[in-house]
Amino acid sequence: MSSEPLALLAATGVAKRFGGVHALSDVDFTIRRGEIYGLIGPNGAGKTTLFNVLTGIYGRDEGEFLFDGEPLNDLKPNEVAERGIARTFQNIRLFANLSALENVMIGRHVRTHAGVFGAIARNARTLAEEKGIAARAYELLEYVGVAERANHLARHLPYGFQRRLEIARALATDPKLLALDEPAAGMNATETATLASLLHDIRRDGTTILLIEHDMKLVMGICDRVLVLDYGRKIAEGPAADVRNNPAVIAAYLGGDIELDTKGTQ
Amino acid sequence: MKTPALRSLFDRKKNPRVAWTGIVLMTLALLALPFALAGVGTAWVRITNLAILYCFLALGLNIVVGFAGLLDLGYIAFYAVGAYVYALLASPHFNIHLPFWIILPIGAAVACLFGVLLGTPTLKLRGDYLAIVTLGFGEIIRIFLNNLSSPVNITNGPQGIYMIDPFHFGSFSFARPQTMAGLDFSGPVKYYYILLAALVLSIVINLRLQDSRIGRAWEAIREDEIAARAMGINTRNMKLLAFAMGASFGGIAGGMFSAIQGFISPESFVLVESVMVLSMVVLGGMGNVFGVVLGALLLSFIPELLRYTVGPIQQAVFGRTLIDPEVIRMLLFGFALVLMMLFRPAGIWPSALRKRELEARPT
Repeated sequence: MSSEPLALLAATGVAKRFGGVHALSDVDFTIRRGEIYGLIGPNGAGKTTLFNVLTGIYGRDEGEFLFDGEPLNDLKPNEVAERGIARTFQNIRLFANLSALENVMIGRHVRTHAGVFGAIARNARTLAEEKGIAARAYELLEYVGVAERANHLARHLPYGFQRRLEIARALATDPKLLALDEPAAGMNATETATLASLLHDIRRDGTTILLIEHDMKLVMGICDRVLVLDYGRKIAEGPAADVRNNPAVIAAYLGGDIELDTKGTQ
Repeated sequence: MKTPALRSLFDRKKNPRVAWTGIVLMTLALLALPFALAGVGTAWVRITNLAILYCFLALGLNIVVGFAGLLDLGYIAFYAVGAYVYALLASPHFNIHLPFWIILPIGAAVACLFGVLLGTPTLKLRGDYLAIVTLGFGEIIRIFLNNLSSPVNITNGPQGIYMIDPFHFGSFSFARPQTMAGLDFSGPVKYYYILLAALVLSIVINLRLQDSRIGRAWEAIREDEIAARAMGINTRNMKLLAFAMGASFGGIAGGMFSAIQGFISPESFVLVESVMVLSMVVLGGMGNVFGVVLGALLLSFIPELLRYTVGPIQQAVFGRTLIDPEVIRMLLFGFALVLMMLFRPAGIWPSALRKRELEARPT
């Protein structure tokens, strides 16, 4: 895998079992630097499980991740974030009772240093750092278009804003890889279009993106390459256009062999 | 709540004159207070000192419960540890007499160690489960203190430790009455000033911690631990830090308690004391520093006020004492607690954040 010079993240033979259920088996993939990499598959295919294994929320049963040239094994979620992978959640997990700005400021935690003594003494260094945190957080809010509501509580923000705020909070950790779990879920067409242009901006500014998404139009529109999972296995990987025409993918999505009894229950 | 208006009125930047006048007047009032109280009776100075000590203690617990959201029902154990460290190092029991400014930091460090000891195995527990374990921890410490009198007599068991040294700098003792600049300083009055200074310091520490990188990390953990970890916050270290800081506060408070009382025994550190300090935090307003201070003052003074008023009122109304003041005092006290929790569930002076959390909770 490391033969690819541009690889940011390489997974080999990743497997995760829950009891007898093989949530992931033998998944291989490579994410190149600077691309938007899609992860798709029917419900229950193992997409979120893969995210959770990657970000250290679940342990792996088998396999390896190589991130930025170094193994990423058995790390805790906070260590994964420190290494440069930031994520969002399928069902938004903002700090609901804190303001938008505070949410993003918390994202800066991992890149700042003030300890207890700095906090109590409020020396020049701590004050400068605090100022930097607030400034950077505000900048990121502007970047995702939530700045006008910086002081609103996260839970009072409209849905689309919450999604974008979660992205800003993840960006605050200065990630090399931004992992988004269904960011467009529940969005209307306008909100999805705003999101798509935001993702383009993020990629342009140098952050690689891993994107789980059900909105095929969005995936096909912005992803460079796509990985398709079904029942925890990789069934296809490649450029979006190729994957779209792959028979295995079509079968997985349309479920080739289901027959509905249209005569009713009588 | 009118606090926002009040806050902007006393804002040092917006309203410097009003704010500074307020601060100066309050300082003068606090400095003169013990003399006014001494006029009523020295007992009231002692009661005030104890109330300040409880404020200090409640602020320590506020770091654990209010900031980091970890329910601790055994907090008094750290108070006990600090008190015993002081007592053992400044009494005839081992015939060691170290000065207080050496022992207090030792007590804080030992209590801090115990905080980490309690914190480490309980990191994965939350809410009720954490409460049970901490409750057990508090009792274990007390039972240890009660029984560490044999085979080697360390704590002198239930008899406790006597003749603990008061605070003193050389020949200047905080326990002896003295006349300075034409004013009579009794022992409790002297302690009042040192306690007041400690309280002001702990308020500043609490406020600064809350509004810092560390404070935000605690808020994040309380709001959503999984998201906090995904954002790179080391939740283990942050929780341990909260336990350790809270415990250090408890340790220092314990040392001061030892010095002021001159006598301690395991009986001073029963579960009810933990519950009392927790009530101060919850009733005053978890997470709001001034709310916690208010809660501690109320819960310290109300029982004492009732002690001195319930008897005379009965005398005046019925001509004799119908119910024993000791009984009715705690009854009224409990009743007041229930009423306050019914009408102000987030505390008398809640933190803005806690209030929002309570409102957001589905019913």
